[in-house]
Amino acid sequence: MADLLPDVDTLIAQLADALRPSLTADTALVGIHSGGVWIAERLHRLLQIATPLGMLSITHYRDDFSRIGLHPQVKPSRLPFEVEGRNVIVVDDVFYTGRTMRAAMHELFDYGRPASIRLAVLVDRGGHELPIRPDFTGINLDIPPGQNLTLSRSDDGSLIMSLA
Amino acid sequence: MNRQLTSDGQLKHLLTLDGLPRATLIKILDTAESFMDVGEREVKKVPLLRGKSIFNLFFEPSTRTRTTFEIAAKRLSADVVNLNIATSSQSKGETILDTVDNLAAMHADMFVVRHAQSGAAHLIAGHVAPHISVVNAGDGRHAHPTQGLLDMFTIRRYKGAFHNLTVAIVGDVLHSRVARSQIHALTTLGVPEVRVIAPKTLLPTGVEQMGVKVFHDMQTGLRDCDVIIMLRLQNERMKGARLPSAQEYFKFYGLTLDKLALAKPDAIVMHPGPMNRGVEIDSEVADGAQSVILPQVTYGIAVRMAVMALLAGGAAA
Repeated sequence: MADLLPDVDTLIAQLADALRPSLTADTALVGIHSGGVWIAERLHRLLQIATPLGMLSITHYRDDFSRIGLHPQVKPSRLPFEVEGRNVIVVDDVFYTGRTMRAAMHELFDYGRPASIRLAVLVDRGGHELPIRPDFTGINLDIPPGQNLTLSRSDDGSLIMSLA
Repeated sequence: MNRQLTSDGQLKHLLTLDGLPRATLIKILDTAESFMDVGEREVKKVPLLRGKSIFNLFFEPSTRTRTTFEIAAKRLSADVVNLNIATSSQSKGETILDTVDNLAAMHADMFVVRHAQSGAAHLIAGHVAPHISVVNAGDGRHAHPTQGLLDMFTIRRYKGAFHNLTVAIVGDVLHSRVARSQIHALTTLGVPEVRVIAPKTLLPTGVEQMGVKVFHDMQTGLRDCDVIIMLRLQNERMKGARLPSAQEYFKFYGLTLDKLALAKPDAIVMHPGPMNRGVEIDSEVADGAQSVILPQVTYGIAVRMAVMALLAGGAAA
């Protein structure tokens, strides 16, 4: 199965090309911890975006908190720019049910009222449960519900997609 | 006393820091760190405890602790009800457990309890239904775990670590639930030298067995300390034979700039409040550059948010 998975670097390059025409001077990229941040870091560099990179930890906004509680390793959210009136592009690795994005939008609005929010993902794996869709997608893959598609980062910084 | 942990080691109630593993303390401090920015945002709230009802049961007066618990619960989007029971049905003869049962019947999810009697929070924790959590907000002379935690959080923020510190706790250790919680937390977190500095009459017998070094004078006790924690001298102690006078106490155990100079130059000064200026601490120190007394209050909110979020959530993933 591993050989069927796409090369992450190629996907990021394609995603950058797709994003480029819609960037404005005030566009901010916001990665969702952890995989989304890794991709957003690359895109931020490739697209030479002036606004500092933002990071969101949606832990405090999850809809399954009462079932599973707080994630033990809570990474803080950092939005080093004014969200109010800003064109924001949220970046995540895998788009699945849409619940993460719902939580991310909720959190963004607690920092201010953005002019727009768009979503860029490396992989849309299907299985959506909410009326939320990515605006920019690296690749569409049809992954059955029982399987887990994850992005990992090795010590040298390279990103690898794996299916378990 | 591990009523506060579930069989799989999750925190169910927070009653005392005594016996809580290091990993649990670190987890609470790390979680508190993640809540630090909430107070600085446009919307000072996260939706974690939306729809939960938290009852603040204060059988003993408190301003700082009750207010910061209330703010913490509101920043987590919980509904908060404050009851000052000293002035309510308790004075009509209702027992604590009857009061608790009545509030549970109003669908409480959590009780935050302050009581003059040691063990009150334990009693309630042993009585409530399994879905309800209890936080001890101070019981008699026994424990004040969230104060102990916010003190650890403050120390970690200013000093970065615990393994290389000398910490002195000064004053009325005998009557202090705060001191007990601090000593448990400091030793669990690996502070190599915890000192208590107090006259013999204000130290519990056998305090050495808690893993502290005992000093009876500030001149030797404060030397080379990284952290100085001043305790409140309760005025009512002056009435008994324990102390001659407030002036006398200030002369020997009050923290002045001169005495503070004995500690390390970058030592921080802490106080759980409310302060008696001119009794245990001089205003020049309380308002001085080394004082972190007001940051302690701010951090108390994030720490109480962490405790309530960890208690109210399901088993952590």
